[in-house]
Formats: sequence, structure tokens, C-alpha cells
Amino acid sequence: MQNNLVQYIYGIADNALILGQRLGELCGHGPNLETDIAMTNIALDLLGQTRSYYQYAAKLTGNEATEDTIAFLRSEREYKNVLIVEQPNTDFAYSIGRQFLFDVYHLLMLEQLQNSSDETLQAIAKKSIKEVSYHKRFSLDWIKRLGDGTEESHTKMQNAINDLWTFTDELFYQTDADKAMVSEQIGVDVTQLKDTYYSIISDILTESTLQVPDLKYFQKGGKQGIHSEHMGYILADLQYMQRTFPNMNW
Amino acid sequence: MNLRRSAQIGIQKMTVQQIHIDPKLAAILESVSDPEIPVLSIMEMGVVRTAEIKNNIAEITITPTYSGCPAMDVIGDDIKKAFAAKGIEAKIDLVLAPAWTTDWITPKGRKALEDYGIAAPLEPEADIEALLGNKKLVKCPQCGSQNTKMISQFGSTACKAFFQCQDCQEPFDYFKCLK
Repeated sequence: MQNNLVQYIYGIADNALILGQRLGELCGHGPNLETDIAMTNIALDLLGQTRSYYQYAAKLTGNEATEDTIAFLRSEREYKNVLIVEQPNTDFAYSIGRQFLFDVYHLLMLEQLQNSSDETLQAIAKKSIKEVSYHKRFSLDWIKRLGDGTEESHTKMQNAINDLWTFTDELFYQTDADKAMVSEQIGVDVTQLKDTYYSIISDILTESTLQVPDLKYFQKGGKQGIHSEHMGYILADLQYMQRTFPNMNW
Repeated sequence: MNLRRSAQIGIQKMTVQQIHIDPKLAAILESVSDPEIPVLSIMEMGVVRTAEIKNNIAEITITPTYSGCPAMDVIGDDIKKAFAAKGIEAKIDLVLAPAWTTDWITPKGRKALEDYGIAAPLEPEADIEALLGNKKLVKCPQCGSQNTKMISQFGSTACKAFFQCQDCQEPFDYFKCLK
């Protein structure tokens, strides 16, 4: 049960870590100052949430595990994030599309996690949900502006949504650890969120004059630790200092 | 992430239902300011949840404004320093529940924010209208005009949005409502 709980926590926290890392890449590289600041602030919120989850996982793990050993010293297969969060910042539309498709899920999931029978997860969810509702406001606003903007912004936004759509179904996939935690009322049964998710997403895309992709084939694997080709590069960036100078400090 | 520091300040217990601050310690805590907003003490900010002396050690619990707020580590260090100056050892824990809300900023704290040039948080509905509906509800802390425009939903820190006054032209931060 302890190990299932740790794996379950990784499944939630790794999403926040990897998306935070991706957004952090935009620091100093956003399309303009305001969006640059917004996206790096979202990254900061996500990293803060990651720390709370990892501190808890470290306590459960014992054996001198810390939030930092969990963040920096696992190998690729041990990260349980979904594939969508590791997708690159191809252009601003991709960054916004990724954020939007994740934020809607994230908020729905946290709303349920607030009722977890685990007091710590409940507390982290209640803290995070306030921040994530701001993230969702930001990404929704941009989906509408780009979708219902110029011909150019519309095309780019549509392309990004079409490409990222293949990663949405995985959000509702459950591992054995997830199922075990759901049966103990600790975890969220994400399969129950799927219809609501797609209906919210479809409404917003339609309002933004964007087409809802009609795709039957979906990618998955991240939750089992089998990642896309981008993950190794992300970890190389993320872990470089700790791998090169073990236990370094500043 | 700082390996040594994260071992120092971490989440020990999750929930503090009752605010309990020993009046003798309150004066010392009043002297510690928010590093991002130096005019505001951490007491006025509402981040101190409990403070009591146990076995000659001041045990303080604080709650983060935002999860990733980098000020929390600095606040933890500053509390320790303030107590050390009085010859008291302090132990700091973070607590997450109940989650911090802008309602905990005291009236004195709100005034300090305004004086410093940061517009204080509105009520939730007005906050949404100001941030998403382009409604002119946030008052310029410089000239008091309500003829203001949102520039960015996120400002210099995660807890603030960025505005500009259309009358005096001064840009300013607005402390977003968090409930």
C-alpha cells in the first residue's frame, strides 16, 4: 500500500514537475514580457506543488529520500508523468494548447483530490486548486484570443490542438497503483472525469472557432514510465547539476 | 532547489485549525517583514499560524501564500535570525491547511500594501471581472483613479497581476484575490 501511494503521488507530482520544467524554458524567451512572466509564474506554482508532493513521498519512502533525490535522481522510467506535459514549446500555440488541455484536466482532478481520505493529499489539493484556477483562466483566455484571432493565429492554434489531441486520452488511463488508491478512496477515479473533460474542452474550442479533432488513435505510456523522445532531453537539463556534482548546494 | 535549506524547512504536519500565537512572541514576529513587500510584516500578511515556546524553543508554523513562493524559505531564515537576536532558538514548520487566503491580510496590512504602491485584493467576483472582463474596478494606488487597465494577469510575482492607470499613466501591481 505504501509503495502504491508513492507511485500514485509520482503520477500526480511528475506532471507538475515536467510541465513546470517545460514552462521554465520560456523564461526570457516568451513571445512578449507579459506572457513570459505569466508562464514562468505558472511554472513556479507547479514547482511549489511538486515540492509538497515530493516532501510527502520522501517521508513515506524513508531511507534518506528527500524531495531533491526524488526530483533529480530518478531514471527516466521512474517518472510517471503523462506524455502531454513533456511535449515541446514548438511555438506559442503549442505551449498554450498544452497548458489548456492539461489545466482543464488538472482542475477537475484536484476538485476530486480535495475529498481524498488521505489528509496530506487533501491539503495539497486544496492549496493547489486556487493556483490552478488562475492557470486555467490564463490558458482559456489565450485559446480564445488565438483561435478567434487572425487567420494566422487561428491556423497555428488549430494545428497545435490537432497535434496535441493524441495525448489527451492518456490523462484518463489508470495504472495498477492508481486503481489500488482509488479503491482505498485515496486516489481520484479519473475515468469518471473523462466525459466532463471532453465536453468542457469541446465547448471552449467551439467558442474559440476551433474544430474539435476527430481522432480515434491515442498515445499513452507515460504513466507506465515509457516516455516520448523528448523526455531524455528534459531530464538531461533538469538533472545535470546533481548528476555532475552530486549533493551540490548553493 | 537548495538541498540544505529544504531539509530545514518542510511540511511536518498538514493542518492547523486554530491560530495560536503567544503574545510574547508576536512582537518578534511583527519585526519580520515579507521580503517581496518590505513594508508588510509576516503577521499582517497572515502567514503565521502558530507560535509557542516549547522546551525553550520557539516553535513557529507558517503557511505559504502560493505553493512555489520563493519568499517562504527567506521568511523562515528571517524568523530564525529575529529570534536568535533575542537569544531564542526557533524551529519553523510549513503547514498547508487551511490554505492561505487574501482574507488573512489584516486591515493594517492592506493599508501598507496600498501605501507601498500595490493595489489590495478585491472580492472574488470583482477580481474576476477586473482580470477577465476588463472592468475598471482596481483603484490606482498612486492617484486613486479607477480608470485602470490590466496589462497582464501575472505580475512581478505569482500573487500579483500587472495594471496601468489610464489617468496618471503609472504602472502598478494588483494583489490578486485568493480564496
